[in-house]
Amino acid sequence: MKSTRRSFIQKTALFSGAFCLGFDWFQANGQAASMVQTTMDSGRFNAFLAIDPSGKIILYSPNPEIGQGIKTAFPVVVAEELDVDWKDVEVRQANLDTQNFERQLTGGSGALKHSWERLRKAGATARKMFIQAAAQTWNVDASTCKTSKGFVLGPKGQKASYGSLVEIASKLPVPTEVTYKNRKDYQIIGKRTKGVDNKNVVTGKPVFGLDIDKPGMLIAQIIRPPFGATLKSFDAADALKMPGIIDVVSFKNKVAIVGKSTWEVMKARGTVSCKYNPGDLESDATHQKWFDEGMKTDKATVQRKDGDFAAALARSAKVVEATYECPFISHSPMEPMNFFADVRADGTVLLAGPTQVPQSAQKAVASLLKIDEKKVEVELSKMGGGFGRRLNNDFALDAAELSSIIKKPVKVMWTREDDMGGGIYRPAARYHFKAGLDAAGNMIAFYLRGVGINAGNSTRQDNFPVGAIENVLVESVNQVSAVTTGPWRAPITNFLGYAEQAFLDEVAEAGGKDPVQMRLDWLARAKSNPVGKITYEPDRFIEVIKQAAEKSNWKKKPGIHQGFSVYFSHLSYVAQVADAQIVDGKAKITHVTAVTDCGEVVNLSGAENQIKGAIIDGMGHAMFAKLRFNEGVASPTNFNGYRLIKGNEIPTINAYFVDNGIEPTGLGEPALPPTGGSIANALYAATKKRFYKQPFEV
Amino acid sequence: MSLDIDPNTPLLWALRDHMSLKGTKFGCGIAQCGACTVWVNGEATRSCVLPISAVANADITTIEGLSDHGDHPVQVAWDELDVPQCGYCQAGQIMTAASLLKKKPNPSKTEIVDGMSGNICRCGTYHRIQEAVKLASEIASKKKTKSTVKKSA
Repeated sequence: MKSTRRSFIQKTALFSGAFCLGFDWFQANGQAASMVQTTMDSGRFNAFLAIDPSGKIILYSPNPEIGQGIKTAFPVVVAEELDVDWKDVEVRQANLDTQNFERQLTGGSGALKHSWERLRKAGATARKMFIQAAAQTWNVDASTCKTSKGFVLGPKGQKASYGSLVEIASKLPVPTEVTYKNRKDYQIIGKRTKGVDNKNVVTGKPVFGLDIDKPGMLIAQIIRPPFGATLKSFDAADALKMPGIIDVVSFKNKVAIVGKSTWEVMKARGTVSCKYNPGDLESDATHQKWFDEGMKTDKATVQRKDGDFAAALARSAKVVEATYECPFISHSPMEPMNFFADVRADGTVLLAGPTQVPQSAQKAVASLLKIDEKKVEVELSKMGGGFGRRLNNDFALDAAELSSIIKKPVKVMWTREDDMGGGIYRPAARYHFKAGLDAAGNMIAFYLRGVGINAGNSTRQDNFPVGAIENVLVESVNQVSAVTTGPWRAPITNFLGYAEQAFLDEVAEAGGKDPVQMRLDWLARAKSNPVGKITYEPDRFIEVIKQAAEKSNWKKKPGIHQGFSVYFSHLSYVAQVADAQIVDGKAKITHVTAVTDCGEVVNLSGAENQIKGAIIDGMGHAMFAKLRFNEGVASPTNFNGYRLIKGNEIPTINAYFVDNGIEPTGLGEPALPPTGGSIANALYAATKKRFYKQPFEV
Repeated sequence: MSLDIDPNTPLLWALRDHMSLKGTKFGCGIAQCGACTVWVNGEATRSCVLPISAVANADITTIEGLSDHGDHPVQVAWDELDVPQCGYCQAGQIMTAASLLKKKPNPSKTEIVDGMSGNICRCGTYHRIQEAVKLASEIASKKKTKSTVKKSA
């Protein structure tokens, strides 16, 4: 990302006497730092790193925490380069601050990639200043000093804590050149660091959006129309007579029941009846028809073309074809959508709650209310999951609009049924693949058409094996629907990754190739002589594949049926081998081996959590999840009908990481896309049955 | 403690809205996910479908009352093994686990898996949940720690 904002590292002495360095973590890497002196406001300093004379280190984490562990990972990097003891670090969540932060969002597994250099620089700069302060005090050359766990150590056994050097360090100019630790000296990076919020979580502290309680706050629930319908009228006469109910109002085809407490609102809501003008209401049959039409149309968008696919297919000795399909699915974070808004008489607005994109919420609400963005303040809460759902700020807009109508602070709460029935969904999609093989079983032609419903480009046209195949045609068709969709963990690839990896398994079988060796051969080609542009690094692909084959004892386990997959997602590489066994006459996934190259692993504990969690997520949704639509209404709308994977349905998982020291890339998403493929291929190995649709319904 | 509210109010909302005990979470409202698990007279119970009229004079323990200082063996094990990802379901998981260990201080792997499988974790922290229950049983057997503090409704 190219930054247009002036890069700065700033330093100031806090009113409290603390040393305080403010770093713009979110600048493009490698820009020169310059010092800016600012006057601190009491209680709200625009710095991300502060050390007080007692040696306590406070780090502000700007990015929203959704369970991906960023609130722990960011400070780990700073603390490492600062060279302090992790136990002396206190991490605080920063609120939305567009003056001092960029990319204050959670999405696209991009935070560490973006901020790695900034974070290191933050720590290393402060460390250097403490060394200089100590050297000055002891009258020695700074190069003769070193640091250890929050202390500067001098050449003659002198020792001074960072805390004791705060005052002197804060008067020094900010160095522009710093050196980073050698990774072999890392004390924190790469080790297991526990989540900084664990204590709050295990003791039930009110840290989530749902827990927000503000003075005078009312509670509201909103009845939404079927997708495609408009509100004709509603009858809330009974509801208005019920205890605790303040008002029932309508906006944008929705009806909001406002009251004093959640239960009173829920009860009253049940008595409100709504009438709708139906409009064009979609059902599953509608979507099937759109898929069929999208597959036939000659108006598809060509996303990639290498060589001449049609000619190559015509001369192929063998053709493999398959169609894959996925339904709309719900994100289903455990914390249902909720958001607080207070649109005040003085023209200011306070928003608070769980959103992956607080700045978008600020902008959208300012635009809705036709006010200056600066008047909208956003407090961030910890999120009970999101998986992409909280990238859409519909909940924040609803809360703000409602607050502006009732002129009171209000928290809008979604029930699980609202959450699952009210959108946003992973787009439904159908994919058609064709492969042409020569007489030796080599793939010489590769075709993919994706038809997505509100999916935009439902392909990822530049991803492997594209780049290794001579003749390629990738096309997409987007069908526009009233059903609201949005990114779902590893957007598009959460299903496309599965479909591709399952199809390539068929290609290997048809060509008489080993699925692992076939990919290695292709990657050798992509490395030595790529076809067109490639977005991945073949060597990194090759390494995860080789390690996964080795660590899983690929095809060397008697009685175990294995399936292979590998995917490049969000700049990380994940290879998987799933093991299936026949248990009581049924195929069961018993184990998954995953090898990930995400560059430097910042927090091993958090990294393992992300890999295992993404595999369980990918497996659960591949096997069980499905929403149906009937006349604009989704079903099921709760966990009694919509099955999420449970603790007695999971395989054992071994998660390995390639140790290469490359700068870190994302981990929230990358292990999910290959999961459906590895398990489908293992189930095929066990049962000779291919799965072309999600859910598998094994 | 006495509350002057609709007796049909589910215990979950009485705790959250009227007693400011926000640790117990709302997940589904139909006793399917376990995020709202509390103890009623020591038994792990889904509070989202339990009207307060049914728990008059009952002894209610929520996550806030599980231990004085967040040091119940289950809480310690949860932190030690770094179980939480988003953390939202974990209060319910912990209350279920602590209840399981009261009944079976040394549960087998199968007993742990079966005992914990009614609680959904959307982040997929199941492996560590199962490992942490085991660790908690080991901590408890060493320390013989006893939870005595409860909050009563």
